[in-house]
Amino acid sequence: MPKILKPNRRDVLKYGAAATTALCTPYVSRAWADTVEINMLAWYGHGEPDVVGEFEAANNVKFKPKYYAGGDNMMALIAQSPPGTYDIILSDAEFVQQLNQAGYIEEMNPADYPFDDMLYDDFKHFPGHWKDDKLYSMMVRFGHLGVSYNTTAVSDAEAASYKAFWKPEIKGKVGHFDWHLPNLGQMSLYNGNGAKLWDQDEAGWKKIQETTMSLRPQVGGFFDYGGTFNGLKNNEMMAMAGIGDWITGVLERDGAPVKSVVPTEGGIQWTESYSIGKGTPKADTVKKFIQYMLSPEGQVHSARMLAYPGFCVTKAGRALLDQKDPKEAQRTGQVDGMPNDPITLIKDGRIHYRDIPVQQSLEDWNEFWQEYKNAS
Amino acid sequence: MTTKPTTRPDYYAIAWRLPLIVWQGLFFVGPLLFMVAMSFFLVKNYRMEAAFQFSNWQRMLSKDFFWDAYFFTLWLALLATAITSVVAFPASYFLAFKASEKTRRWAIFFLIIPFFTSYLVRVFAWQVILAQSGVINAGLSFIGIGPWQMLNTQFGTMVGYLVLCLPLAVILQTFSLANIDTRLVEAAHNLGCGRLRAVFTVVMPLAKTGLVVAAVFCFILSFGDFVSPYYLGGSKPPTLSIMIVDTSKSGQQWPRAAVVAITMILTLLVVAFTAIGFAYRKRGK
Repeated sequence: MPKILKPNRRDVLKYGAAATTALCTPYVSRAWADTVEINMLAWYGHGEPDVVGEFEAANNVKFKPKYYAGGDNMMALIAQSPPGTYDIILSDAEFVQQLNQAGYIEEMNPADYPFDDMLYDDFKHFPGHWKDDKLYSMMVRFGHLGVSYNTTAVSDAEAASYKAFWKPEIKGKVGHFDWHLPNLGQMSLYNGNGAKLWDQDEAGWKKIQETTMSLRPQVGGFFDYGGTFNGLKNNEMMAMAGIGDWITGVLERDGAPVKSVVPTEGGIQWTESYSIGKGTPKADTVKKFIQYMLSPEGQVHSARMLAYPGFCVTKAGRALLDQKDPKEAQRTGQVDGMPNDPITLIKDGRIHYRDIPVQQSLEDWNEFWQEYKNAS
Repeated sequence: MTTKPTTRPDYYAIAWRLPLIVWQGLFFVGPLLFMVAMSFFLVKNYRMEAAFQFSNWQRMLSKDFFWDAYFFTLWLALLATAITSVVAFPASYFLAFKASEKTRRWAIFFLIIPFFTSYLVRVFAWQVILAQSGVINAGLSFIGIGPWQMLNTQFGTMVGYLVLCLPLAVILQTFSLANIDTRLVEAAHNLGCGRLRAVFTVVMPLAKTGLVVAAVFCFILSFGDFVSPYYLGGSKPPTLSIMIVDTSKSGQQWPRAAVVAITMILTLLVVAFTAIGFAYRKRGK
């Protein structure tokens, strides 16, 4: 019988030790490398290499993102997870107060961040990011929601009003991003509620519901993030409510005949900010990352994010974008003096920060949204 | 006087059954019971709190949109079951009675192949096929008709259901028909029964169990499917599966989502037991 089939104790020890060494080597080298893993809770794309790759390589960090779509969804995910699961949380501004109330985020030191370089004064003390003069979240990017449309089916003049969604020629071709907040906010703006779009009494809320229901025959579908892209890309949907350049911008960059504009009734601003997860032992690394995202290089990565573009919040970030990618800066109006400069739109009073309903609960809005989806 | 035989537990047999019992207990019965309990919980500030309140049941069952979604889902699932069963039967009949052994083997192989690919991936492929600028409409425009709206319609949903159920239904029906004693069919013919009549009065009653089981599978898969009504039907209107996602996504309302899920499970149990009862019912009863 060959010896190999009758190993003695010495053979077992010898080959066992060799196998153990071979199997453990990757882990030993990994331990030496001491890569820090950062658990991130964010909208799609924020933890991808085009955004965090440079920071990961320079700081020996690895991001482990968990993606969500919609603030409600974000709150649900964090509430289901044990405390300390997420080191960094990207939140929409209107949900920061809820994160803070529930004790999910740490207080931040304002001196750590470039407030002096902010593009607009409001951004320095953004509603929701502060509580009792203490900072809990740092704004990193923003964007505007309005009328998103296929330029072959809707003209620029028609898209200057939300009325475009009711255009008879696009019946069955109007899509919704499947989240009640931006859609109902837009309907409120169409009703002429302007700055009070989130603060409506019973009569105002009823009118929002009626306006929304009147749009139902036009609607061709309710879509998630991927479905919204596909719907516009394959010409299934000719107009889309509840979104803005954050979706159409990606398609427009690829040459699709779609765009988004802020109509005369006004647009809604989404505002994304980073918070440090409560009790994370990696707070220093997270702080460094937020500082990076606010640096000119980080701002350019954010503005050109592959998943969805956003506007720069710092002057230095905008300046570098203008220099590095003038085409994208022009496309998005991020050049001083352009009529569609997002800061100009805010200053002109045409933009309203996204918020949660003041006189109704989110549950009321969500229930109506479900009714609306079921209506014929 | 008879002596009662001593019955000793067969530990060997129990040992082999135990893993399945433990598995089902841990991963099926346990979560199911938890879901029932959860339907009575409350949600405060996005967090579930243990409670015993009927408010979730009351709130969901009193809403028109819940019942609209319920009957719409039921209708779609019944329609998918009927279409699948009818479309599958001629193919199964051919494979069972007319095709050669080799053809049948290859056909079964090709019917299994779709299951090698993720259902979600197949549905995304169908988006490309059914789209306004997709393959079918391109073909139709070539002969001067169309384009037709197929994506984001109930037709799209139905295509998805058939993609999911049809291969399975053909396989189950074929196995069931192939087990019929063909001499009974021949006897029917000898007694003057026409071809079509023989199918309805001899073949179908003999294969009843398999045909019903195939239909039940179609119903179960269609009734609970999320992918097709969402990605091919455009969530317009939503089915119960979409409602579960909507309810849990918004405001962490898992207890209300549990109410929807339990309603679905109860419906499936009623339909499955009724159908199985019918399948195994003896003649004359």
